[in-house]
Amino acid sequence: MITVENLTKSFQGVNALNGVTLDVESGTVLGVVGPSGAGKSTLARCVALLERPDSGAIRVDGTDITSLDGSALRAARRQIGVVPQGDSLLRQRTAAGNVALPLESAGVPGPQRRTRVGELLDLVGLTDKATAYPDQLSGGQRQRIAVARALAANPSVLLADEPTSALDPETTGSVLTVLDRARAELGVTVLVVTHDMGVVRKICDDVAVLEQGRVVEHGKVLDLVGNAGSRTSSALLPAVDLNPINESAYDRVADVVLVGFAAVGALLPEAAHRFGVELNIVGGGLTRLGETPVARFRLGLNGERSDSALEWIGEAGGAVQRSLKGPQGVAA
Amino acid sequence: MRSATPWSDVISYLVEATGETLYMVGVSTVIATVLGVPVGVWLQLTAKGGLRPNTAVHRVLGFVTDLGRSMPFIVLLVALTSVTRLIVGGSIGSTAVIVPLAVGAIPFVGRLVQNILSEVHVTVVEAAITTGASTLKIVRSVLIRESLPALINAIGVTVIALIGYSAMAGVIGGGGLGDLAIREGYQRFNDRVLWSTVAWLAVLTTVIQLGFTRAARAADRRRHASV
Ligand SMILES: Nc1ncnc2c1ncn2[C@@H]1O[C@H](COP(=O)(O)OP(=O)(O)OP(=O)(O)O)[C@@H](O)[C@H]1O
Ligand SMILES: [Mg+2]
Repeated sequence: MITVENLTKSFQGVNALNGVTLDVESGTVLGVVGPSGAGKSTLARCVALLERPDSGAIRVDGTDITSLDGSALRAARRQIGVVPQGDSLLRQRTAAGNVALPLESAGVPGPQRRTRVGELLDLVGLTDKATAYPDQLSGGQRQRIAVARALAANPSVLLADEPTSALDPETTGSVLTVLDRARAELGVTVLVVTHDMGVVRKICDDVAVLEQGRVVEHGKVLDLVGNAGSRTSSALLPAVDLNPINESAYDRVADVVLVGFAAVGALLPEAAHRFGVELNIVGGGLTRLGETPVARFRLGLNGERSDSALEWIGEAGGAVQRSLKGPQGVAA
Repeated sequence: MRSATPWSDVISYLVEATGETLYMVGVSTVIATVLGVPVGVWLQLTAKGGLRPNTAVHRVLGFVTDLGRSMPFIVLLVALTSVTRLIVGGSIGSTAVIVPLAVGAIPFVGRLVQNILSEVHVTVVEAAITTGASTLKIVRSVLIRESLPALINAIGVTVIALIGYSAMAGVIGGGGLGDLAIREGYQRFNDRVLWSTVAWLAVLTTVIQLGFTRAARAADRRRHASV
């Protein structure tokens, strides 16, 4: 759907983007994360067609949009709905008027415009605020109106730069819900830039970690969490080593990541039963990534066939990340 | 020492002079707005960080604007005599004053407008850009509409300034309240006319100022909307 190829951009000698390559599958949500100054906003501004990259391509449905001008550029902009960072609503227009702006730009006639605005206000749950002015809305409501505006002209891509920064956790939830609904109900492809891993945890299918203008990690969130060394797993999974354990009490100690209801619910008891080993959870815990339960446990095993049990867990879909005690390198 | 001018005469002087002032100021304000707002828009569009940044155009336009603003009105009034004759077919009278008044006010309005438009936040403008809006659409629906209250106030400021400038209209026989105060009141030692005119000018400018403040508030949707 969107592919970013080898994008570079520098400002007066500062290389903000150093050859960024990414892709976002149609109808999925990609989270772009990374430390301050990593180039996230620069990337977002390039995709929003507010900034021209020095080199590289940004393709939407295969077409490079970086070198367009005039009416072709404006048409491409309508394909990409943007929720800018910070307050971006027209203060002299009602919520409905703000949502209507892209439709006016696209030349949609009045009656159709009103219908569409109604649908979008409904999508973001603010039908009752149609005639309110931005100054009369809360930060989260304003942000949801900004999302509705971004979606008004039926874009295939929705881009949001820090949509939840400066919002409290509850309000953040309402904005994320709206982004998620946009994907689920309208099928848009979403690219969300954030410094908050909580956003990745709640709505992202994929994640790209940017550092110093480079992508240092990119993939499906559920794949990356199974990868012990990944930044995504350390940021999103429960810590396993909060409590010191008595390693001498076990023949084997290993960390394992389990993804999905079936794995989390049944894999460990099954392994214990099959191989006749004693299997204790000595650290870690359970979390949720989107709708999917994910666990990272530190296991203590006793019994002759402990290694076989670990191997079986790996084969059955658990990611056995490391053996802390006993033979190394037992991995899925 | 002659006897004081009868009040009935004072009033008819004032009525006539007010008509002339409002005519001169009114028409020149309309012209200055129609031409000065585009100048301000153009200045802002070509400014650094504007929608169509163009340093060369911005510099030249800014230079001409500031040159116009720094020109004393009395100089403009006499310097433009030939231009005025060309445009209005004469160089004397109220109509003739309109030309230098408008010419003097265009750069004044231009700078005011540019300053006001530059206050619209860059995120708001960029958000509009990302909707695929044309430059014209952004100028109209974002830059101008968002700053309409301030722009209306700026036109009010211009009107008051032009009333001040128009006092010099007498130099080329333009009449008006300033001329009345100077010629009838001051030069002929007619205190009654002088002070009546001063008082009337105070009332007139206050009312005009108030009118523009009201209009600006009415244009500001943020305040009086129902939740
Ligand atoms: N317009 C600009 N002019 C000069 N330098 C810039 C400009 N925009 C970005 N930069 C530089 O490019 C680098 C990347 O900036 P960017 O804003 O993309 O980072 P970021 O990942 O969004 O950071 P943050 O999390 O703090 O928002 C920084 O070093 C920044 O100083
Ligand atoms: Mg940023």
